[in-house]
Parts: sequence; C-alpha cells; structure tokens
Amino acid sequence: MVASSYGDRPKLLELLKEPVSEFQDFFLLAGRAYRNLLRRPHYWDDVFLQMDSIGVGSLVIVTLTGFFSGAVMALQMARALQTYGQVGRTGMLVSISLVRELGPVLSALMVAARNASGMASELGSMKVTEQIDAMRALGTDPVQKLVTPRLIATASMLPLLTTIADFVGMFGGWLIARFYLGIGSVQYWNSVWKILVWNDVLQGLLKPFIFANMIALVGCYYGLRTTGGTQGVGRSTTQAVVASGIMIFVLDLMLTQCFVYSAS
Amino acid sequence: MADLPVILRFDRVTVSFDGVAALEAVSFEAREGESRVIMGAAGSGKTVLLKTALGLVKPDSGKVFAFGKDLTGMREKELFEIRSRMGMLFQESALFDSLTIEENVAYPLLNQKAVHCPKREVHARVEQALEFVELAGTLAKFPSELSGGMRRRAAIARAVVTEPPLVLYDSPTAGLDPITAYTIMALLIKERDVSHTTTLMVTYRYQDGNLMAHFRYNSKQGGLEPAHNGAVQAPETVFMVLHEGRLIFEGSQDRLEASADPYVRKFVKPRN
Ligand SMILES: Nc1ncnc2c1ncn2[C@@H]1O[C@H](COP(=O)(O)OP(=O)(O)O)[C@@H](O)[C@H]1O
Ligand SMILES: [Mg+2]
Repeated sequence: MVASSYGDRPKLLELLKEPVSEFQDFFLLAGRAYRNLLRRPHYWDDVFLQMDSIGVGSLVIVTLTGFFSGAVMALQMARALQTYGQVGRTGMLVSISLVRELGPVLSALMVAARNASGMASELGSMKVTEQIDAMRALGTDPVQKLVTPRLIATASMLPLLTTIADFVGMFGGWLIARFYLGIGSVQYWNSVWKILVWNDVLQGLLKPFIFANMIALVGCYYGLRTTGGTQGVGRSTTQAVVASGIMIFVLDLMLTQCFVYSAS
Repeated sequence: MADLPVILRFDRVTVSFDGVAALEAVSFEAREGESRVIMGAAGSGKTVLLKTALGLVKPDSGKVFAFGKDLTGMREKELFEIRSRMGMLFQESALFDSLTIEENVAYPLLNQKAVHCPKREVHARVEQALEFVELAGTLAKFPSELSGGMRRRAAIARAVVTEPPLVLYDSPTAGLDPITAYTIMALLIKERDVSHTTTLMVTYRYQDGNLMAHFRYNSKQGGLEPAHNGAVQAPETVFMVLHEGRLIFEGSQDRLEASADPYVRKFVKPRN
C-alpha cells in the first residue's frame, strides 16, 4: 500500500509533463511569431499569398454558411416569436444572433477546418521532408517566413470574412422574412439595424480577430511539431482541426462572458 | 597534412532525443581540403551528426567548432553567418516545393546575409550553378516535375551556389539507380576538386567512399580518373563508421579494410 501511494506521485507528474511541455512550446512559438511582427525581414509576398488563400479561398464557404444560418435563424426565431405574437421582430433576433455568435463562430469553424488543417499539413510535410531544416540552413527563420505571415493573414482576413458572413446572413433572413413570413422589407431591415449597438459590433469584430490568432498559431504549431513521415502529417492535420475547433468554443465562452459583463 | 587548419571539430558531442542518445561522445577533427566518408546503419546517427555540424541540432553535452568558432552557445541569428559557409545536401533533397528550381537555387544567394550577391548577378550565378550540375534548362520547372536524380542535382546546385568552403552531403546516392548514383558521385568529386572544398559525405554504399578516395576530376576531359597514376593525388579521404551513435572507426581506407570488427566489415566490399 505504502509503496503504491508512494509511486503514484511521480506517475502523475509524468502524465502531466507532456501536456505542460506542449503548452509551453505553443506559447514559445506564439511569442516568437509576435516578436517577429516587429523584426525584419518581413515577408510581405508570403503575407499576401496567405491573405489570398485564406480570405479569397474561404469566401465561398463562409458566404454559404452565413446565408444558411441567417435563413435558418429567421425560420426558428419567427416560430418562437409567434407564441408572443411578435413575428415582426424576427429581424432583431436574426441580427443579434448573427453578429454576436453565429457569424464569428461559424466563420471561424469554417476557416479552422479549411486553413488550420491546410497550415498543419503544409508545414507538416515541409517538416518531414526536411524543408524546415533547409530553410534554417539557408539563412531564414521558419517562424518569420512561415508562421508570422499566416498569423497576419488570418488575423486580418477572418474579421472581414465574418462581416461578410453577417451581411449575407441578414440577407438570407430577409429572404425568409419577406417571402415566407410576409414581413415587410422596411420593417425587417429597421429591426435589424436598430437593435445593434457598439458593443455588438465590437464583439463581432474582436471575436474573429482572437479566433484567427488562435487558428493560425494552432495550425502552425501542429505543423511544425510533425514527426513520423506522411502518417505524421495526417495526424497533425487532424489534431490541428480538433484543437482549434474546441478552442473556438472555449474562447467564445470566455469572450462572451467578458462582453456580457462589460455591457451590464 | 596535419598542419592544415581544422574546419570542423566535434569534442565529445552527445545528442539525445527523449532520453535516447542519437550521438554519444563523438569526437573528430576535419581539416581543410579533407574528404570524410561517414558510414553506418540506418538510425546510427549520421544525419544527426551533419545537422549538429550545421547547428540545426543542439548537443546535450560536448562542443562543436566550425571555422574556429564554438557553435554550442550561439543564437540562431549568429549561426546564420556560420551556416552560410557550409553547404548541405539533405537526404530527400529538401527542395522547396512551392518554388521553382531557379528560385530554389537563388534562395541562399538572396537570403543568406553573409553572402553579398548583388540582385542583378543572381540569375547568372543560378544558371552557372545549374550548368555545373548539368541541369540547365530546368529553371522554370517545379521540383515535383523532376526525377529523383534531377532533384538531387538541383539540391546540390543549391548547396554549392554560394561556393561554401565546407559541404555536407547526406546520402547523396540513396534511392538512385547505379548509373544516376555514379553521375551524382562524379558531381561531388568535381565540386570537391574544382572548388577545393572540405567534404563530409554520409553514405551506406562502399563504392561511393571508394570513388571519393581514389578518383579525381579531370577538368580537361570532364570526367573522373583514377588519382594514383599521376603526380596529383586525390585529397586525403578519411572513413568514419557510426554504430548506434558511437564513432567506432576513424581512419584511412586501408585501415578500414583491415579492420576485424564485424560491424565495420559489413560496410566494406572488395575493391574493384
Ligand atoms: N528530430 C528527432 N526527434 C527524435 N528522434 C530523432 C530525431 N532525429 C533523429 N532521431 C533519432 O536519432 C537516431 C539517429 O537518426 P539519424 O541520424 O536520422 O539516423 P541515420 O544514421 O539513418 O541518418 C534515430 O534513432 C532517430 O530516430
Ligand atoms: Mg539519415
């Protein structure tokens, strides 16, 4: 008995060692990526290339997601509001739920699925084929050349994409409101605009900005720590999508809490 | 020979990954102009040795000196200067997939700060390096469009385009057919003899080491010739054998062939 309780402690420490050191590695990478924002050389070509791949590349899926979530919200909210005879206020609820939650979260999930995985697999295959080592051997810092441009590109594109998703979602809600629920266009758009306050707009932009930082760092982190050949690349890709997906919800809860607190 | 300057020195270098030693107390000195052939089974630490020489891998203990400077305590920025004096051919070529062959070969010229190459000269130097490896005409191609042997040659061009005094080759002939392997070896020997570089070559093919030791490049006829029949000798070639991270043999080819160690004997084939 004594022996086992004595032996448990090192075992528990052993179990904790890996997540702790991974956490530490992640923040080290993040620190180096942010520090490079201020350091030369800046690889602007890579930044624009990534902006194109993340921004333009995700436009279609983000637009579709926005459209359908707006339309679905209009249907669901109208049904709920019917109980109170307030169907005319559908626009308000569509607008709030899109700008505060659905726009940021769903767009981030789409970009995580598309780009965190893309970053993990691209950097992962570079790692296992020694291209990362070659980069260092040839005088470039891989974090400066690969991670920082992806960070800048995602952080600038995701808020934009989210804004587009919000508007398309409101449009989707309008289609339902106008042609299915029989709400007048003027009434719909009025209720959409009137309900929004600065706090919502700020929330709607800050959330995607923070999600984007996390998505880029998680994608690059899993990519750069890839080992074990092509199989390893597959594993990293999956891990990056799962981790960034979960982190979106965790961060969303924390951020929402902050905004609710600051608004009251 | 012993009075030539030491280019690369390992002093009881130990490298381990997750508590398992990949290199254990490895010590050696490579002098200017010398060729070193490093042999050993898969996983014996050959790649790790080359990466440690470049400062890509940090030793857990011991010291690495390159060009008289201690790499062990250096930061990445300081290492860039040292690395610009070394060329490295990685095992799977490690060309950048997203760049063309021209951009790949130009990469060290444009990115190594210590290499002062004016922008307008880059193209000419890239062409010259690709001509050296007989790959002129592939400038605009991507690595994925080339065969394995051609990729290897492009990677050699990238390794030597800055004319580094020390070149490291990781398994340059691995996975190639015998004829292509021979042309690659001929290139390495040409680079060694034309630019007078110090060479470290990892290989598991004894023929490669044999070529290194006994052949030299004939610049008039443009091919290899035996080095012993003229006044000019091939540069001194030292063989090293790694076994599970330990350096178990270091010496000339004659001593290698005379070795009674069963592990060493596995790498030695009769000369032809
Ligand atoms: N980055 C790394 N992480 C963990 N283990 C490594 C790493 N690089 C090499 N190793 C281990 O070190 C040992 C030597 O590897 P290596 O030098 O690549 O062998 P080889 O002689 O075939 O080139 C192997 O057991 C390998 O698994
Ligand atoms: Mg190897």
